[in-house]
Amino acid sequence: MTKRFKFSNLYLLVVFIILYAPILFLIAFSFSEGDSMSHFQGFTLSHYSALLRDSRLIIIVLQTLLIALLSSLFATIIGTLGALGINQTSRTITRNTILSFNNILIVSPDVIIGASFLIFFTALQLPLGFSTVLLSHIAFSIPIVVLMVLPKLRELGTSMVSAAADLGATNWQILSKIVFPFITPGILSGFFMALTYSLDDFAVTFFVTGNGFSTLSVEIYSRARQGISLEINALSGVLFVFSLLLVVGYYFLNQYQQSRKLKRTTREEDIL
Amino acid sequence: MKSKTANLFYFIPYSLWLFLFVVAPVALILYNSFLDINHHFTLANYTTFFKSGTYLMMTLNSLWYALLITLVTLLISYPTAYLLSHLKHKQLWLLLIILPTWINLLLKAYAFIGIFNQTGVANQFLSFIGVGPQQLLFTNFSFIFVATYIQIPFMIMPIFNAMEDLNQSYINASHDLGATNWQTFRRVIWPMTLPGVKAGVQTVFIPSLSLFMLTRLIGGNKVITLGTAIEEHFLITMNWGMGSTIGVVLIVAMVIIMVLTGDAKSRGGFQK
Repeated sequence: MTKRFKFSNLYLLVVFIILYAPILFLIAFSFSEGDSMSHFQGFTLSHYSALLRDSRLIIIVLQTLLIALLSSLFATIIGTLGALGINQTSRTITRNTILSFNNILIVSPDVIIGASFLIFFTALQLPLGFSTVLLSHIAFSIPIVVLMVLPKLRELGTSMVSAAADLGATNWQILSKIVFPFITPGILSGFFMALTYSLDDFAVTFFVTGNGFSTLSVEIYSRARQGISLEINALSGVLFVFSLLLVVGYYFLNQYQQSRKLKRTTREEDIL
Repeated sequence: MKSKTANLFYFIPYSLWLFLFVVAPVALILYNSFLDINHHFTLANYTTFFKSGTYLMMTLNSLWYALLITLVTLLISYPTAYLLSHLKHKQLWLLLIILPTWINLLLKAYAFIGIFNQTGVANQFLSFIGVGPQQLLFTNFSFIFVATYIQIPFMIMPIFNAMEDLNQSYINASHDLGATNWQTFRRVIWPMTLPGVKAGVQTVFIPSLSLFMLTRLIGGNKVITLGTAIEEHFLITMNWGMGSTIGVVLIVAMVIIMVLTGDAKSRGGFQK
């Protein structure tokens, strides 16, 4: 029994090593002197200082962050309103139809989304650049927000809302005092997912960005095609720490939600 | 009900999105697939696609590679998900599986350029064990390896969720009734985690058809997937009609896969 246990741990260890080795390898060489990823040649921070002096890259980082924040904000607003709307549709067929349309952009390959958006923006004669990238990011983030908010709305149910309505609450009061406080965790998760979708996206942006505008993924792609530059390694080091922070943030957000749920159920039990 | 007007209000931005960014782009890609390079209506794209062996071979090739990637990913992920679900602090371990997905895909591809190139770590290792350096980068092997590496977490997540839904008492009951480990696996565990497997196959297979950045950076254009062909036609040769036709084929392939892996309820991600 103990032998099998050890074997299974070994398997997991190998999987984790495979998952992390390339990333750690990348970061390790960001501290290497020299300019290739084959032999480590002594510790240096020069690639990081080169990164800081690379004003083109810094502008691109800022653009990427701006796109991510703006697109997640708009996607969260539109997606939340959409989820509220879907939740109120009384007929199951309508709801299921809307939901399957909602999911099209989630399951579609990036290339299809990118290509079809490119045709769409060209048909509208929108100049490719910041605005088209922003619109695309909003568009592909909306469905995930809907999927994050909708379960919360279902959990809320109808009894509280009808009770409030019976007691004379206006629509706005119902929304602001009952619905929004309850679904806020879902909205936050949606915003978070939208943020990661936007930061991670390469293919869609690659299609709809013009010559003048670039995001980090597109920039990394074009630099990687030119070969190895340890400045990209330094960049990946910075991004790794950044995503670590995001994940930890998300983890605590989830924990907080769960503890709140726990508190609420114990409170309900107390009342009963 | 009085919420009718409110309902309408929620739906305005959402349905605008639904129409402009879901329905219209799909319709446009379908419409474009019937246009030749001078914007005249034609069926030529489809006849070219089905008559010239090149496109059909490319499609089959792309499906074959996606199948290989999905199979290898599943073989690695299923035991991992199973073992993970039996660990203490499993949510934390799952988070560690998910963390690499937050690192930009392009950076991971770039890491493999460093690992697989002529003087890279992989070749140093091969020389060390006496095999001698091999051409690793720009081969079909490296494409499958990197694609699998990228997809593993997306396969583990839904299977892990299905494992979590699996009630331990069924397994105990099966053992109590005298089933062997293999019988328990085949008759109880596998059928009950099948929805997770289906969801995983769906999330891995479809994107694997369109990983054009990997075929360019890692596959060295030796592997041409449907995604590569679409990117080529849209952004390089500017033959949008043909690109859209391949896009329609990709959409059809996607729908077939969705139907085959239908009723997949448990989705990956943080929803749990």
